[in-house]
Amino acid sequence: MTPERRIPGAPLALAALAALVVSLPLLAVASSVLQPSTEVLAHLMATVLPRMLANTLGLVVFVGLGTVFLGTLSAWLVVMYRFPGSRAFEWALLLPLAMPAYIIGYAYTDALTFAGPVQSWLRDVMGWSRGDYWFPDISTLPGVSLMLVLVLYPYVYILARTAFLQQSACMTDASRVLGRSPVSSFLTVALPIARPAIVAGAALALMEAMADFGTVQYFGVDTFTTAIYRAWIGMGDRLAAAQLAIGLVIVVLLLLLVERRSRAHQRYFQLSKRHLVHPPQELTGLNAALAFAACLAPVVLGFTLPGLYLVRLHILGGDPLFGPRFLGYALNSVLLAGAATIIIMAVALVLASAQRNTGSPVFRVLVRFATLGYALPGMVIAVGVLVPLAMFDNGLDALLRATVGISTGLLLSGTVAALLFAYVVRFLAVGFGAVDAGFERISRRFDDVARTLGRSETGVHRDVHVPLLRRPLLTGAVVVFVDVLKELPATLIVRPFDFDTLAVRVYQLASDERLAQASTGALMIVAIGLVPVVILTRVIRETSVQRNPGRANPRG
Amino acid sequence: MFHARSIHRRGFLAGTAALLAAPAISNAQARTVNLYSARHYDADKTLIENFTRASGLRVSVVEAGADALLERLRNEGANSPADVLLTVDAGRIEAAKSAGLLQPVQSALLTRFVPAHLRDPDNTWFSFSKRARVIMYDRTKVQPAQLSTYEDLADPKWRGQLLTRSSTNIYSQSWTGSVLAALGEERTEAWARGIAANLARPPRGGDTDQFRAVAAGEGSLAISNTYYLGNLIAANLPTDRALIERIGVFFPNQNDRGTHVNVTGGGIARHAKNRDGALAFLEYLISPEAQSFFAIGNAEYPVVPEAQVPPAIAAWGTFKEDQLNAGVFARNNAQALRLMDRAGWR
Repeated sequence: MTPERRIPGAPLALAALAALVVSLPLLAVASSVLQPSTEVLAHLMATVLPRMLANTLGLVVFVGLGTVFLGTLSAWLVVMYRFPGSRAFEWALLLPLAMPAYIIGYAYTDALTFAGPVQSWLRDVMGWSRGDYWFPDISTLPGVSLMLVLVLYPYVYILARTAFLQQSACMTDASRVLGRSPVSSFLTVALPIARPAIVAGAALALMEAMADFGTVQYFGVDTFTTAIYRAWIGMGDRLAAAQLAIGLVIVVLLLLLVERRSRAHQRYFQLSKRHLVHPPQELTGLNAALAFAACLAPVVLGFTLPGLYLVRLHILGGDPLFGPRFLGYALNSVLLAGAATIIIMAVALVLASAQRNTGSPVFRVLVRFATLGYALPGMVIAVGVLVPLAMFDNGLDALLRATVGISTGLLLSGTVAALLFAYVVRFLAVGFGAVDAGFERISRRFDDVARTLGRSETGVHRDVHVPLLRRPLLTGAVVVFVDVLKELPATLIVRPFDFDTLAVRVYQLASDERLAQASTGALMIVAIGLVPVVILTRVIRETSVQRNPGRANPRG
Repeated sequence: MFHARSIHRRGFLAGTAALLAAPAISNAQARTVNLYSARHYDADKTLIENFTRASGLRVSVVEAGADALLERLRNEGANSPADVLLTVDAGRIEAAKSAGLLQPVQSALLTRFVPAHLRDPDNTWFSFSKRARVIMYDRTKVQPAQLSTYEDLADPKWRGQLLTRSSTNIYSQSWTGSVLAALGEERTEAWARGIAANLARPPRGGDTDQFRAVAAGEGSLAISNTYYLGNLIAANLPTDRALIERIGVFFPNQNDRGTHVNVTGGGIARHAKNRDGALAFLEYLISPEAQSFFAIGNAEYPVVPEAQVPPAIAAWGTFKEDQLNAGVFARNNAQALRLMDRAGWR
């Protein structure tokens, strides 16, 4: 029945080449694994590594459970039910996405630490001093995990919501008719169907949590990333650092592999667009109040409170350079993020569709490799990016000097092109995850039918895939845009001379411990990050509106 | 003193004049000095503008963490556009030297005005500003007479009173590296164990967070570089006034080796394209104008003793500094971190 899935050689070769180029920085880091390990590793294992591993494990568990719980629950509520504010929550739940993790971390620590305004006020009012009272310590593993959950759950929410929207309402309806309770039909039908999307979101959240350095370092919670930095920066052993980094990547790979295996034979497709139709159920009374609270909490904790705190800091003593200079920073940030988003989504689409069309396991591995840059600590992958760029530049220069006597110097290194390449390496996983999850829900029968109707491979792509992928593509683009906007380590080290962005500005002040002054730049990052979130909101609105004519239609 | 300074200024101007007259400076590249800097202070923008005004040379900057900058230099190799490297601690500039990323500099001006213990004996790098790592104490609880040395901080009498940042931080490592040079490995490890045992809380946050905690009563002694407090005083936010009143600055080890100082280190990149411009920039950094500016703009200590400092800094008094060569404690960093790991100093 299935016609031969032949892919013309050229697109596949192009996709493979793209995947290979994006994998180069990781390969540069990985090449160190072949060298003998140094005694720095032995020292770390004997002293601090066990604690760091335990912390990392705790972080993975907390952030994994937290993001899946918050993201899935809130997505399910806004898709299936109507309660006060539910339409607003559809987009408001995305707001914490715009908040960089290190910023929310700074804000909460600053507010809740012993010397911060909250505890100081308590001591003033109650006449307490140190030791007289108990206050939750935020600089702990649960504290830092909570920070990461609050800014990372939107990854799960955004993908789960799309998945729930696209689920055949017939399936949940059927399960309800067959006597399942709403909770039971959610657990046994809706959740398994949305699982690839939820996992894709959770994988992004976990990779980001494991690769985080700024936040955990500020909180004094040492993780595996701390060990990498300790070996590299503290002990000057780049080799041991790279080996540890690759260890981290292998762990991530194993996690992904285990998950994929565990659902090897489960595949769920959206069969027809008409099945999107699902009238949300009206909630009243206590149920409405609970749903409202469940959606309000992440928005308030992950966006409103830290946002207001930043506004307070800005008013107390904002950035002394705030003014026309900031327009330049903002423009650089927006242009970079915009260009990177277009490139990343294009590459993601090419790779995902080539992967769909070829059964080649080699290609699948290559793509997996190309999207692993996200799992590495930002500075490690940023340094990895420098290696192939410099090798290319210096190689070309040497070649041309030897042959035609021209020196090209550094052609790519230190240019905006190099920076865009770095962003592709870091964030391809984000774009690819969204597109791939979108592809997984498109039944191959669509492709086959379209082919039977005489569409070419490109025709199938144009007429079938792209329209169905519109929402996943847009979703991915928004997340990538915001991620690039917040990105720091690669921006710092790969950028050209005299080229500052908002994130760089925040770094300059925050690393000098001028939190109040850094608040201005942080607020601008958040404000600019809101723009694509609002655009996504409109698309969410559109899909909501589409339901109403659908409701009038008889169900097929 | 004044005499020395005027000679210095004349030397600097003469150097600049020679530079301007040199025939090689005709193309655009030679009009620009490319700077890789791990300093990230707004004051540096003014510093650079002043240099441009004095020399006619433009400065292009990439600011990033020193380790990342070293990687960039290393990868770019002979084609690197960087002329000057600046770091915020001795450890990183020494690392640049040992990776072969710097070149020796012959400058009578630099060797004359940068004290010997603050420059590389092979003249690949020089210090341009100092940060003293001091004890900041709660004036309401501690008398300066109770304080003496870094070693004393490990005494059980300070149990639960001490605040310092993590061993992950380079300032902690360089500080411990300087103790290591004075006490040797075994005694330093015992000292580090005592420090870890005396902490009021597990290390977290930056230097500012340590003395903020002291001002709030979470402990009574904090270890911090002075310029963080200096910048807080300069910013003069109403919310910080009570803190500034409550925190005292104590320079330890005045009766023996002196207070540990870390430095801003700078050198000329091995493959600098504009070597003359790079030298002019480094020599500018040692000029009286630039030296006072480190103090006025960023509350650091000048390396040239004659340079003027603002009253807020002068109020902390003068102090004897550890004359240990910055390269030595820099090379001690890795060993220091290991013993801190073993001692349980997180």
